Amino acid sequence: MTDWPILSTVTFLPLVGAFLIFLIRDDGASARRNIRNVALLTTVFTFVLSLLIWIGFDNSQSGFQMVEKTSWLDSGISYHMGVDGISMLFVILTTFLMPLCIAASWVSVEKRVKEYMIAFLILETMVIGVFCALDIVLFYVFFEASLIPMFIIIGVWGGKRRVYASFKFFLYTLLGSVLMLLAIMAMFWQAGTTDIPTLMTHEFPASMQYWLWIAFFASFAVKMPMWPVHTWLPDAHVEAPTAGSVLLAGILLKMGGYGFLRFSLPMFPDASDYFAPFVFTLSVIAIIYTSLVALMQEDMKKLIAYSSVAHMGFVTMGIFAMNAEGVQGAIFQMLSHGLVSGALFLCVGVVYDRLHTREISAYGGLVHNMPNYAVVFLIFTMGNVGLPGTSGFVGEFLTMMGAFRANTWVAFFAATGVILSAAYALWLYRRIIFGALTKESLKSMLDLSTREKAIIYPLVVLTIFFGVYPAPVFNVTTASVDALISHISQATGAADTASLAK
Amino acid sequence: MYQAIVFLPLLGFLIAGLFGRSIGAKASEYVTSGFLVVAAVLSWIAFFTVALGQTKAFTVPVLRFIQVGGIDVFWALRIDTLTAVMLIVVNTVSALVHIYSIGYMHHDPHRPRFFAYLSLFTFAMLMLVTSDNLIQMFFGWEGVGLASYLLIGFWYKKPSASAAAMKAFIVNRVGDFGFALGIFGVFVLFGSVNFDTIFANVATFIPAEGAAPQGQVALTFLGYALNNQAALTVVCLLLFMGAMGKSAQIPLHTWLPDAMEGPTPVSALIHAATMVTAGVFMLARLSPIFEHSATALTFVTFIGATTAIFAATVGLVQNDIKRVIAYSTCSQLGYMFVALGTGFYGAAVFHLFTHAFFKALLFLGSGSVIHAVSDEQDMRKMGGLRKLIPTTYWMMVIGTIALTGVGIPTTILGTAGFFSKDAIIEGSFAAHNAASGYAFIMLVLAAVFTSFYSWRLIFMTFHGKPRASADVMHHVHESPPVMLVPLYILAVGALFAGVLFHEYFVGHDYNEFWKGALFTLPENEILEHFHHVPLLVKLSPFIAMIVGFLLAYQFYIRSPETPKRLAAQHHGLYQFLLNKWYFDELYNFLFVRPAMRLGRFLWRQGDGRVIDGMGPDGIAARVVDVTRGVVRLQTGYLYHYAFVMLIGIAALVTWMMLGNSF
Repeated sequence: MTDWPILSTVTFLPLVGAFLIFLIRDDGASARRNIRNVALLTTVFTFVLSLLIWIGFDNSQSGFQMVEKTSWLDSGISYHMGVDGISMLFVILTTFLMPLCIAASWVSVEKRVKEYMIAFLILETMVIGVFCALDIVLFYVFFEASLIPMFIIIGVWGGKRRVYASFKFFLYTLLGSVLMLLAIMAMFWQAGTTDIPTLMTHEFPASMQYWLWIAFFASFAVKMPMWPVHTWLPDAHVEAPTAGSVLLAGILLKMGGYGFLRFSLPMFPDASDYFAPFVFTLSVIAIIYTSLVALMQEDMKKLIAYSSVAHMGFVTMGIFAMNAEGVQGAIFQMLSHGLVSGALFLCVGVVYDRLHTREISAYGGLVHNMPNYAVVFLIFTMGNVGLPGTSGFVGEFLTMMGAFRANTWVAFFAATGVILSAAYALWLYRRIIFGALTKESLKSMLDLSTREKAIIYPLVVLTIFFGVYPAPVFNVTTASVDALISHISQATGAADTASLAK
Repeated sequence: MYQAIVFLPLLGFLIAGLFGRSIGAKASEYVTSGFLVVAAVLSWIAFFTVALGQTKAFTVPVLRFIQVGGIDVFWALRIDTLTAVMLIVVNTVSALVHIYSIGYMHHDPHRPRFFAYLSLFTFAMLMLVTSDNLIQMFFGWEGVGLASYLLIGFWYKKPSASAAAMKAFIVNRVGDFGFALGIFGVFVLFGSVNFDTIFANVATFIPAEGAAPQGQVALTFLGYALNNQAALTVVCLLLFMGAMGKSAQIPLHTWLPDAMEGPTPVSALIHAATMVTAGVFMLARLSPIFEHSATALTFVTFIGATTAIFAATVGLVQNDIKRVIAYSTCSQLGYMFVALGTGFYGAAVFHLFTHAFFKALLFLGSGSVIHAVSDEQDMRKMGGLRKLIPTTYWMMVIGTIALTGVGIPTTILGTAGFFSKDAIIEGSFAAHNAASGYAFIMLVLAAVFTSFYSWRLIFMTFHGKPRASADVMHHVHESPPVMLVPLYILAVGALFAGVLFHEYFVGHDYNEFWKGALFTLPENEILEHFHHVPLLVKLSPFIAMIVGFLLAYQFYIRSPETPKRLAAQHHGLYQFLLNKWYFDELYNFLFVRPAMRLGRFLWRQGDGRVIDGMGPDGIAARVVDVTRGVVRLQTGYLYHYAFVMLIGIAALVTWMMLGNSF
């Protein structure tokens, strides 16, 4: 099994599925059923296969594993894949959410089913590629290419203002990426390689680090998204189809955080140290600002989108606390947010499919005829609030603890997010679920169907499981994160002594 | 056995919660109540082996929880005397409330859900009291908050219930904000969140007086560099903020009266006997830390005394039977915090223990009254019920004499409150901290009020002429045995818990009983001193009780017109008390509405106008402007293009010439 290129298999398997779907002629109901089945089978199979990565993963190693490397055109650029403790679980998260997304689109997508499924499968390949790529050019290609299917998904299958939202999404993220491309070229001229593991040990001169850090930051901050470049996210979420929102919140946002961990911290440690207060400031503003904004939203999806921005504030705060608690907490928070916010968007999708509106005021009293829905929605609301016992708590708590060790002001302000998140999340829950069932349009709404249960219940189980027993995640991440932290502290420590010596 | 105590309620919750609809309401009731009864019996066994026996404190590990960086936390059950006391309080009251609810909730269609919530609450509370680290405690802490949220909002059709539930959760979160920061602070100071490590390190943490000057900085909090002593005080105050939220102390008390929207058994279990005492438990558990910070303890005393008197004054004028008891709870919690603040941890836990019995009794008794008068809660529409529901009447009277502390001073004849409350009052006199004098006066005054509002409740509800409609009076009936038996058991506790246990909690057997579960510094000799206070001090609670009783008798039996006249005479004061010192209005004005306005402002102006306006939309608009301009240039006339070209060439040539010269 060791010589079998498992990462490439998992990465490109969805493309095979996409090709198969491409061959099916979309003419009539049976063809569509075939298309859906092929898509679902492909993603399920990919997920099962990706579990082999987890099984084969050696927790005690901090370096990259399951490495595949082929040089490409003698140009210094190579096809280089591998995972470590930081990236591996994001691959699993992607392959896990994908079948749920396909299943969530089972009935709600009726037009252009073929193209829709192809777009999703291509997207899966690109995203897995981002997390596995160990060559910076390869990374860039995957990173940028993942934009296109998402752009199409929002732009074609979205809501009323889909064109505006998709262009906003595309231009915002592209603008950041252009700077990253320049930085990548600069790094190549300086270090003479595009190989990520080599670059991680390469010491860039301090003055250059700052510019490179800013360029990468521009790209990742937009992806995260951090305040003040977050405004594309609410629009994109609102217009995207349910499955698109799930992927956007669940996985695409994590590419930003992953980028910080893979590039900014190890490659530019001095600059990261220098800019940490800046990132803290933006994170804290994001947490408070977007929580307050979320409080006043009238659109369910927008509210959850804004709460996503707040949660990503915790992630950036934890990453730049640059200690074990903060970074591990940030990784956990990203994984947990992938489950919880993905699930929340699925929950919104459930009622949207029935009533075709996202206006909060159109709902109320759903607990009367949708008790199962009320329960799962409550669990995810609590996960969103960060209640202990759900996965949301572990990450939030650890990132704040890491921040407290780095700077108490940051933790102090971030902790106000604990109060505000309870306010907006419970208020949303109250307006939708509680109260008397008076609106005529709601009275005929049915509780979760079997298909919806099959999609949502696994997420319920995982949310609670990782809240009570987060060890499986930390077992994977610990070695790599510890290596990263000691690498940073060495680098910044060396710089400090150098500056003292002067 | 200890696993069974903690996890049986969880099992009950899962069975009733997941399969409640398929196994039916009856089965859910029996399963959850049965499990709780078993857990309660086991708790008493645990109490006898651990607290009264010779067993040393120990920890039962269950599962690894978080192991990251310096944090290594297990799910574990820490069993010592303090835990054992809490186990019997929680499980006994919970089991009785479960049984009582079978009768009380008889007509409700959602009984499986109700019993599931009750069991969930019990489980979370047990996790809280058995935790051996701060994170598990935080889990239980928020878990009971969730259960409380669900139970307050149980009748979700009522908008007021939903609002109260939300308020309870959010106000508690304000406290948790402090609690979380406190946990972080503890972690930074001691490098661990496990109690054993913290307690082992705290003794050597404060440098002895006269030792090397304290130059080093232990913690930089919000820009202030703090030395060890100051850092410890800050951490204690942050942790106490959590306790203030959960235990409804001023200024975070506003949620508790509103929480009475929940069904009455819930009020008895959560908002009287168990959850609200979590803050008291926390401080007792963390006594090794708090004991080292005199400043924090003074603050605790001050807050406790203020809450005791505040809540008692508000309780004087409330008309809703449950709200009177709710304010009474709030006030009694203030007593407990005074005891904690004066370093008299034993008395605090003792009062917690006795209070659980008589306050649960009062709540369940009032539930029985409400049940009898067709869900009416306004005491102005009751009266004259004594003959119709005599058992409930006598149970309520027992609760009242226990609460007001009836007993014969200097003897050992007395009800539960007589021992625990009087010990706190005497302790506050004997203590030496800066706020204890204030606390003593406030507590005695509060004792007058306590006696007054308690008897007022009895007189208004059971004595005098009936004020309810004839129709309601016609239906008044005594509650079924399933509701009365729990009352009997609690009544036994309310009468005898004091006599039986006071030597253990605060008396001669203190050390053998607690076995170090409560920590006091060697110079803290309150246990000695409170026995030797002047006689007048010993008599003061008794006098206060008598005065309160006589006033209530005068006002509500002899001349029922007096209260109305007084209220009219002192209209301003009456309104001030009736509206609970206008805390809710103040918070609405200060926090709720500004937050909403700010949110809307940031959304419309910040996101909409500034970021989008200057960013994507603005750029898009500018691009459109420029292209329009470009379009206008393209006129189609040849000489226009020629002219532009000419200018361009001229500019280019100029630039080349000048560029060369530099």
